[in-house]
Amino acid sequence: MHDTTDGPRPAVELQGVVKRFGDRSGTEVTAVDDLDLRIADGEFFSLLGPSGCGKTTTLRMIAGLELPTAGSIRIHGEEMGLRPPNRRPVNTVFQNYALFPHMTVAKNIGFGLEMRKVPTGDRAELIDWAIQLVEMGALAHRKPGQLSGGQQQRVALARALVNRPEVLLLDEPLGALDLKLRQQMQHELKTLQREVGITFVYVTHDQEEAVTMSDRIGVMHDGRLLQVDTPEAIYERPTTRFVADFIGQSNFLEATVASADEVVLANGQRLRLSSDSPSGEAVAVTVRPERLTVHRRGEAPAGLHHLEGRVETVTYLGNAIVYGIGIDWMHLDVRCPATLAVERRDVGDEVTVSFEPRHAAVVTG
Amino acid sequence: MSKGVARSTAEPQGLSRWWLRGHSLLVFVFFYAPIVVLFVFSFNDSNAVGNWKGFTLGWYEAFLDNQNVHESIWISVKVCLFSTVIAVVLGTASALALERFRWWGQKAFDAVLYLPIIIPDVTMAVMMLVFFGETAHWFNVIPGVDLTSGLEKLVLSHVAFNISFVSVVVRARLANLDASMEEAAADLYANRWQAFRRVTLPQIMPGVLGGALLAITISLDDVVVSSFVAAVGATPISVYVFGMLRKGVSPLVNSVSVVMLTASISLVLASLVFSRATGSEREERLKT
Repeated sequence: MHDTTDGPRPAVELQGVVKRFGDRSGTEVTAVDDLDLRIADGEFFSLLGPSGCGKTTTLRMIAGLELPTAGSIRIHGEEMGLRPPNRRPVNTVFQNYALFPHMTVAKNIGFGLEMRKVPTGDRAELIDWAIQLVEMGALAHRKPGQLSGGQQQRVALARALVNRPEVLLLDEPLGALDLKLRQQMQHELKTLQREVGITFVYVTHDQEEAVTMSDRIGVMHDGRLLQVDTPEAIYERPTTRFVADFIGQSNFLEATVASADEVVLANGQRLRLSSDSPSGEAVAVTVRPERLTVHRRGEAPAGLHHLEGRVETVTYLGNAIVYGIGIDWMHLDVRCPATLAVERRDVGDEVTVSFEPRHAAVVTG
Repeated sequence: MSKGVARSTAEPQGLSRWWLRGHSLLVFVFFYAPIVVLFVFSFNDSNAVGNWKGFTLGWYEAFLDNQNVHESIWISVKVCLFSTVIAVVLGTASALALERFRWWGQKAFDAVLYLPIIIPDVTMAVMMLVFFGETAHWFNVIPGVDLTSGLEKLVLSHVAFNISFVSVVVRARLANLDASMEEAAADLYANRWQAFRRVTLPQIMPGVLGGALLAITISLDDVVVSSFVAAVGATPISVYVFGMLRKGVSPLVNSVSVVMLTASISLVLASLVFSRATGSEREERLKT
């Protein structure tokens, strides 16, 4: 995995981390497989993947709630080893918040400080700071059961942040909220993270959430880290078919690598695209629907990659039109802005679809 | 709680409604008539249990005067308190072990733990009798322990069957408790003991108290096991009353029984009030 993060002491560093779960019948499941990852200090890092991909297990290993089968986990250079969760410089916001129902909001937030024996005066001050931070001042004496989901979420956040952890771990914290609240909280979380400057490691299966908030994203699948990059790079230059498919929508053109800078499509057409794969390997060329343009047959500008086809479906979406285009051996989706200036195509039109070489990526898998 | 609940369309109408009401009444009579009779005849001014001769508080006076009865009650209370405390601690610990951890032999332990609930009292009693008979001299080596005296034997045998009951009740409560709560405590720097003391215990407390009440009731009730292991000078009240009946029925039995009954009912009421209080707190939480 190519990693662009430099600096001597990343906030979190995972090396060859493996986690296997065994059940009683003796079969073993590998939840996390040989994971290498460096998360920079102050970064908002998301682990993104479908359920069961190992992202939560990875987070729990950083927290110390699970111990890795193999590999090393370091936080600011310090080896965590077999250290129990209560002696790690991290705090977690749990998926279901896990607030203590028998304690008030203030008591919940103060729990970590109390356990670390912070003097009472400092404690009150810190609790106040955290309550103000998440704007829960009026509800400090309520119990968690008397709060809405969004409010509970804020308390869980304050309860973790008040301890000023070196790294804050968040396990799908917005999963239980409705869409509107989720979008609002995404924004607030990002602002909050900038404000406190703490490294966030955020686990989610929601690609939109990850793209909106993160400085970098690590996409996981089947226990493996497939790609680590900025949201833009993940979207524009996915390296695997899974990543391209999981983040947004995409078209996949089956192809074979001809040389380091040329691929051959299934119909024999050659495209100049560079790839890391060896010649002869089966790959796919992926282009996002909105990066494709439809022209009347033969009117596409030179210098772009061309594909000839026929309009099969037209779907009007209000702000966009999606054309389903049949080319010889497959089907493409093309998304165009629905402005009046743009000429409409109808079903049955013979067209040429074009795209810029830089908008296409060669993916494996 | 019933407020706002619509009248069920399944509620019986007409004749079947009256038939069901009559049936319910009979059930209540079946339950409570013996208690009423016992209560009334404890005030009977007669040496024979059966004939009503007039009102007297004499049998309650006799109860207050009877030194043996006092001693038996005192024995019962001591056995009950000691055995309950021990059973609650061990039962809660075993519930935690079964619910929160995975270990070798767990299934077997789980099955064996519930044995005292299933096996007949008499079997349990014989087992205890034989066990103490064969092993008392080993335990007596420990300074301060005297298993030939009745009290220790009573406490130990009551602990033996009460652990199961406490464990069942506490476990039911624990099963409903989100395990991530303990993880959150650990994540917030609590060690295992602090996590248990500050987070787990307060939340399973209703279960622990419920288990304790159950243990107290069962301990006070027990006749069979206690009569097998009781020794001279350590007869619990239940065994004493049973003995009185064998010597011939005296209305003193009635008054003693009424006192025991009152104690049991108070315990049940206390537990009801307690669970109502915690229940409404939970309801309040759900409402918002």
